Amino acid sequence: MEFEPKIIAFVCNWCTYAAADLAGTSRIQYPPNVRIIRLMCSGAVDPIYILKALLDGADGVLIGGCHPGDCHYQNGNYKARRRFAILRTILRDLGIPDERVRLEWISASEGKKFADTITNMVEELKKLGPSPFKTMWEI
Amino acid sequence: MVNIIINNQKIKIEEGKTILEAAEKAGISIPTLCYHKALSPYGACRICLVEIVGGGRPGLVASCQYPVKEGLVIETDTERVRKTRKIMLELILARNPNFERAKEIAREYGIIKSRIEKKEKDDCILCGLCVRICKERMGQSVLSFINRGYERKIGSPFDKKSPICMGCGACAFICPTGAIKSEAFCEKDLIPLLSEFEKGMGTRPVINILYPQAVPNAPVIDKEHCIYFNKEKCQICKAVCEADAIDYTMEEKKGYLDVGAIIFSPGFDLFDPHLKGEYGYGIYKNVITSRQFERLLSASGPSQGEIIRPSDGKHPKKIAFISCVGSRDIVCGNEYCSSVCCMYSTKEAIIAKEHDPEIEATIFYMDIRAFGKGFERYFNSARDNYGIRYIKCMPSKIIELQQSKNLRITYRNDNNSFVEEEFDLVVLATGMKPSEEVKKLASKLGLELNEYGFCEKTDFFPTQTKTPGIFICGAIGEPKDIPETIVEASSAAAEASKLLSQARGTLISKKEYPEEKPFIDEEPRIGVFICHCGRNIGGVIDVPKVVEYARSLPYVVFAEEYLYTCSQDSLEKIKEEIKRQNLTRVVVASCTPTTHAPLFRDTIREAGLNPYLFEMASIREHCSWVHMKEPGKATEKAKELVAMAVAKAALLSPIRQVSVEVNKDGLIIGGGITGMITAISLADQGFDVHLIEKTNQLGGHANNLYFTIDGKNIQEFLKRIIEKVEKHERIHVYLNAEVKEISGYLGNYKTIIHLKDENKSMELLHGIIVIATGAKEYKPTEYFYGKNPNVITQTEFEKKLVKKDISGLNKVVMIQCVGSRDEEHPYCSRICCSHAIKNALKLKEINPEAQIIILYRDIRTYGFREKYYLEARRKGVLFIQYNEKEKPKVNEVNGKLQVKVNDPVIGEEVIFEPDLLVLSAGIYADNEELSQTLKLPLTEDGFFMEAHAKIRPLDFTTDGIFVAGLAHSPRTIEESIAQANGASIRAVSILSKDKILAKAEIPKVNEKWCSGCGICEEVCPYNARKVDPETKIAEVIEVLCQACGACAMACPNGVSQQRYFEMKEIFAIIDTALG
Repeated sequence: MEFEPKIIAFVCNWCTYAAADLAGTSRIQYPPNVRIIRLMCSGAVDPIYILKALLDGADGVLIGGCHPGDCHYQNGNYKARRRFAILRTILRDLGIPDERVRLEWISASEGKKFADTITNMVEELKKLGPSPFKTMWEI
Repeated sequence: MVNIIINNQKIKIEEGKTILEAAEKAGISIPTLCYHKALSPYGACRICLVEIVGGGRPGLVASCQYPVKEGLVIETDTERVRKTRKIMLELILARNPNFERAKEIAREYGIIKSRIEKKEKDDCILCGLCVRICKERMGQSVLSFINRGYERKIGSPFDKKSPICMGCGACAFICPTGAIKSEAFCEKDLIPLLSEFEKGMGTRPVINILYPQAVPNAPVIDKEHCIYFNKEKCQICKAVCEADAIDYTMEEKKGYLDVGAIIFSPGFDLFDPHLKGEYGYGIYKNVITSRQFERLLSASGPSQGEIIRPSDGKHPKKIAFISCVGSRDIVCGNEYCSSVCCMYSTKEAIIAKEHDPEIEATIFYMDIRAFGKGFERYFNSARDNYGIRYIKCMPSKIIELQQSKNLRITYRNDNNSFVEEEFDLVVLATGMKPSEEVKKLASKLGLELNEYGFCEKTDFFPTQTKTPGIFICGAIGEPKDIPETIVEASSAAAEASKLLSQARGTLISKKEYPEEKPFIDEEPRIGVFICHCGRNIGGVIDVPKVVEYARSLPYVVFAEEYLYTCSQDSLEKIKEEIKRQNLTRVVVASCTPTTHAPLFRDTIREAGLNPYLFEMASIREHCSWVHMKEPGKATEKAKELVAMAVAKAALLSPIRQVSVEVNKDGLIIGGGITGMITAISLADQGFDVHLIEKTNQLGGHANNLYFTIDGKNIQEFLKRIIEKVEKHERIHVYLNAEVKEISGYLGNYKTIIHLKDENKSMELLHGIIVIATGAKEYKPTEYFYGKNPNVITQTEFEKKLVKKDISGLNKVVMIQCVGSRDEEHPYCSRICCSHAIKNALKLKEINPEAQIIILYRDIRTYGFREKYYLEARRKGVLFIQYNEKEKPKVNEVNGKLQVKVNDPVIGEEVIFEPDLLVLSAGIYADNEELSQTLKLPLTEDGFFMEAHAKIRPLDFTTDGIFVAGLAHSPRTIEESIAQANGASIRAVSILSKDKILAKAEIPKVNEKWCSGCGICEEVCPYNARKVDPETKIAEVIEVLCQACGACAMACPNGVSQQRYFEMKEIFAIIDTALG
């Protein structure tokens, strides 16, 4: 069996969740490897959620928010961006490659971008192989 | 009814149905290739073979054709069936190895490649769908099978193009392999149906949703092109619509409405660029309009955001934008300025460059009219940061090059010589005009139109027509951009609301809900309702399997499938089950929550459940629609999505939305025209208003202004308004008053003002605040202002003109942009160009011999003001452009003024010795103090920053506070009045309520552990978090909270949790998803 990566996507209610909806209404096909978790704003994505998903064995994590300047809540995506920059340094220290965790701005009209992002992420993750955390604790 | 058994499942089905239909009813999927619901079965592909094992003659039969009969026993997946299907698939793939649908099925049967080699020349698999659709549905029989055996093919009689073919394209549409090309059989030229919304850049079907944001978002049949309405054939839509929603007999209905006011906002048309023959629109393929270009840029447009040029689909690298196509053009009859084209061309150029940084964008213009709020900075950034080239010239001709289809533009450059340059794509910035249809409608309403066909307005009130009771907003009054349109929309609503305030709320009927069941935190009882959505979900996902799986999940006591969960009878069933099963949580697995969550929440509320004990799993948008080719995997994903929703549902707790009472008084800060109009509007709508003015008189700047560019008397108007304010029993004016302190929030403010005259403080209670504090006129420090008595500002000049104090004034020089568009004030003050022209015309009126020279950078007489610019030029006012780097130089020589400026037309320095030098002083804002008191943001230029530059121009992110007039941005009196009226109705949207309901998903605070660190207060963009200074506990001001969840995330010890998105709930979802 070919390795099928699992992606957890934390997306904001207004842009990226709507983009995933638009991908649906436009019937844009992408691989079924993503599980979307809806939050109101990318600024409400706790880094703990990302770490938990990784530790629980997610092969990839996507954080999706509105484009800079377009946040439904003024500046939530900027908060997400800052937080993500810090988290990135920690993830690198832990040896988690950048391809596993991505932050993307996907607006409500960008159904295709959502589908492309998932397709591309699945390809990248297939190359990387399963998350090391899946087996890490087995002795 | 007959009884049959399929795969050990007993089924009752009407006689005459086929095995395939019976299997579908039983939820058993049988692969098909030549079957179509709307056509008679044909049994050509043999993929739908099933085995009869009892109750009839045993053997393999095509299930699409074989009728059911009593006692039939059928197996759909026996070894023999699989083996035969495999061979059939290989045979089909031998004819067309690239046939996607067959390849997919083949993969499920373990076939990667057919063992048989392809010999046929075409890709046809002889399924006969095209033959059947042409005969059965279109009634034409253009196509039929020809020859036998190896020679068999699809064709028209004698292999000639058929004269009876309607060119409907159904054969090509239904062909699963793409082998059929309609043009091969049709005598006529096939013309694709172009999408009106995409401006001809894409095609559309006859049944379509007009555009993605259409309200209602439902498809309509285009009767003009529908085969049924033209030939009474086809009716395929009716055959395939599972909801049976197609009704051909529907007709337009006439109805009557009794109304008290009419708001007329029919919008505008774009200028038809065919009329400007020199640009070759409609002849040269690569000349398009800006609206077409906008569609190309759109992520949901015909090219999904890829910039491709029409002639060859290549990515253009050099794009020319031509402004003023059908604007500022006397020849084509539109002498006014369309106000928006400079900026949208700039925007399109920037977005194009963001799409593809290699694009070189050039904008040809007459004047750059970046007069709106923040526009000057945007324009500067386009030029300086994005490298967009601006050329001040209207190209005289465009020629298409034969080979490349590139376009050669001839224009005059800065050195006054003509040059030719080649571009890949030309975008015409077409102007705005009222449509002919709208003009007719306006005349039916008895509305007066002006010389350009736009609606006439009453003096000073841009949304009042001359017919009482009819109001306008938007581009029907004058060309304008989105924020101004939205302001006017609010303004028109306010005008109507004034008339109708007596009737407010009389047509509302209140919905009653049963009392909520008490929530006991015991073991949850979850009901899962799973939707087929016709075939939208059920056609891909194996819904019965998902139901079965759902039943196995923890706390799930009930799970069932429904054809449409949102249908009225299903909603009734949900309510019944809640009661019967004593459900305490509900999960619906269907479409996106954006569509129907409110409906389902309402339903469970009707059954006595708290509406937030509810979660949805989007198995349509996020699953069946995006994994249509992988039904197996889609089913697995759907199961997980349901499990995730169930995991969250198990942890949900009820949410009771709090509400606060609303104080019905309003506070307006600033007693200028804006403040007074807001006050009158609010008071006329039935609310008490406190109007605070810091000086000793009402009127603000208007006290120094006398007439408008179109000749209206400002002082007379001001007198009328002040009188109305002073006499209105609902308006309480406080002169010489200062705001000392404002506390409270939406619906409940307390303001302490200091009255200087009486030297006392007083307390005002109110529900909203409107800021109308205005702005100030710049006091120039340059050009000898204040040093030489013959250097004055436009406002001072206006006073002189009114007093006719102009003896000896024969030569006047005016300098524009003094204190605007410079380093210190990098924005345009919007009104100075018109102010200068207004004064120039007045002087010309009194003394036609006077020589007037206006030194300008760009003349920004937007909209109908362009007329006066033209008039000034006709009357001999001299306009000389200067460059921001080479400002005019003013000297005093023997007490006389001397102005030197470089004239770009003659390319030499010219010297004037004017009797009077008039400076067009800009507008600047002084809002620092008030912004700090109210914690409201300011723009870089010091004006108040609205919640959203385009769609919420009068609101702040903090609910309950609004802004209007010059405190917002520089603007004319009429534009300020529109904002004032607009702000009043924004305020009424709050004041008209008795109570304000807070959002549901707001944070809760565990007071025991809150350390009062105040981080939540810092991150909240809405001022909705506040640490109580005494208890040191971070409170939530519920009505202000917009439920973004940022504070909950930022809380260092997890004391703040966002309701409905609590950490434990998110954790449970993650655990389940990765379980």
